[in-house]
Amino acid sequence: MPNSEHTSKQFDADLEDIRSRVLQMGGLVELQLTAAIEGLTTGSEEIIARVIETEHRVNDYEKEIDDACVHVVARRQPAASDLRMIMAVSKIVTDLERMGDEAEKIARMARSIYGRGALTIPRSIDVRQTGTKAALMLRRVLDALARLDTTEAEKVIAEGKLIDTEFRGIMRQLITFMMEDPRTITTALDIVWIAKSIERVGDHAENIAEQVIYIVDGIDIRHTGSPPVTPAGENI
Amino acid sequence: MANVTLQQQSTVKKPPPVTQLAIRNFNFYYGKFHALKNINMDVYKSRVTAFIGPSGCGKSTLLRTLNRMYSLYPEQRADGELLLDGKNLLDGDLDVNELRARIGMVFQKPTPFPMSIYDNIAFGVRLHEKMSRGQMDERVEWALQRSALWGEVKDKLGQSGMSLSGGQQQRLCIARGIAVKPEILLLDEPTSALDPISTLRIEELIHDLKKDFTIVIVTHNMQQAARVSDYTAYMYLGELIEFDLTDSLFIKPKKKETEDYITGRFG
Repeated sequence: MPNSEHTSKQFDADLEDIRSRVLQMGGLVELQLTAAIEGLTTGSEEIIARVIETEHRVNDYEKEIDDACVHVVARRQPAASDLRMIMAVSKIVTDLERMGDEAEKIARMARSIYGRGALTIPRSIDVRQTGTKAALMLRRVLDALARLDTTEAEKVIAEGKLIDTEFRGIMRQLITFMMEDPRTITTALDIVWIAKSIERVGDHAENIAEQVIYIVDGIDIRHTGSPPVTPAGENI
Repeated sequence: MANVTLQQQSTVKKPPPVTQLAIRNFNFYYGKFHALKNINMDVYKSRVTAFIGPSGCGKSTLLRTLNRMYSLYPEQRADGELLLDGKNLLDGDLDVNELRARIGMVFQKPTPFPMSIYDNIAFGVRLHEKMSRGQMDERVEWALQRSALWGEVKDKLGQSGMSLSGGQQQRLCIARGIAVKPEILLLDEPTSALDPISTLRIEELIHDLKKDFTIVIVTHNMQQAARVSDYTAYMYLGELIEFDLTDSLFIKPKKKETEDYITGRFG
């Protein structure tokens, strides 16, 4: 990656501003996510309310950063690594915003579960652990983005597969509980939604990791059933 | 998109390009100054190839050697090979006038001859071909049509070429260039003296002309290279740093020097 500065200092400042705002947004979503898991553990209404309130700040970040990307494209016609960075950032903020949505859903489910009384399903501990793992994935992918570190990004993608496996395990356990004691069904279903949200968070972290690889290597590794797409055209 | 089937791939590969002009181990000297250093690349048929690079990198020099413009100056010399249909253009026995009919050139500043619009086009054709007045009328109209100028000048073909606007003059020069039906058209910063709309017209024209002509363009404007060319060569200090598909070069260049130049981290 080029590390020297642009001839245009203003261009440097614009790109740096976008980069730092994406990392700030990511940091905020990470906080939101860990708070949501904490809300699930403790049932604290204060924490749950804070997670839900944070949502609009995350949305604002998404809109502001996207707008800044459009401005850079319009005014600077970025090329090569700058172009890849801008295109990737514009997708990354969408993933971050969706992660924020999932954190909000987890908080709302926690509120609903605790509204009916204490958490009665002991296996829900697995959901919390998986949730913590997903939040950690987000932190690591933000590090990978900040340092443009593809090795770290690849690790995050591998971690995502692990979360998928855990999600299927949680589903099996919940089905067992529901069959053994139908009174747990209402809460178990809430936990299904929470587990699904956590699994989605992992997916979004993977998407961001794929964008980091695109920024650095210029290779699109999304949808790994098909061959990687490099710039289209004829071969020479 | 009527006949798209599920099996069809989303990205269609174009057929591989055919080499029209092969540049091999090419060196060029202005007296003692070694201006082009061991250039190796292919110019592909019916494609637009752009040369980009900072001032003094040798891109215009390379363009001018392709139709032996340098032969006009005794202290300039070249070695290596410029192969057009297997014939080295540097060979001493080559008929330079014939070469320039096969490889036409348009310059930075519009250079209409001080004669009528009609004669600006007919002049070059007469040098190379004998034809009747009717045939010549057809050829002049064809060249002006292809240069997207016909509609603007068809009622004033007798007027001086100098009476046209800058953008029209440049399209007239392109019409003059293609009137002799060359195989390759060399464009040396053809829009640097034009306003944005005239520039877009010329770019549109380049896109249209590449069906029938191989085009090589030198431009200072990187976005222009990105817009009009299929292949781009980045040159620096007389060397060819990187040559690739324009898409690849502008999205993921292989060399750091190219990256620095096209992202504006240069100098």
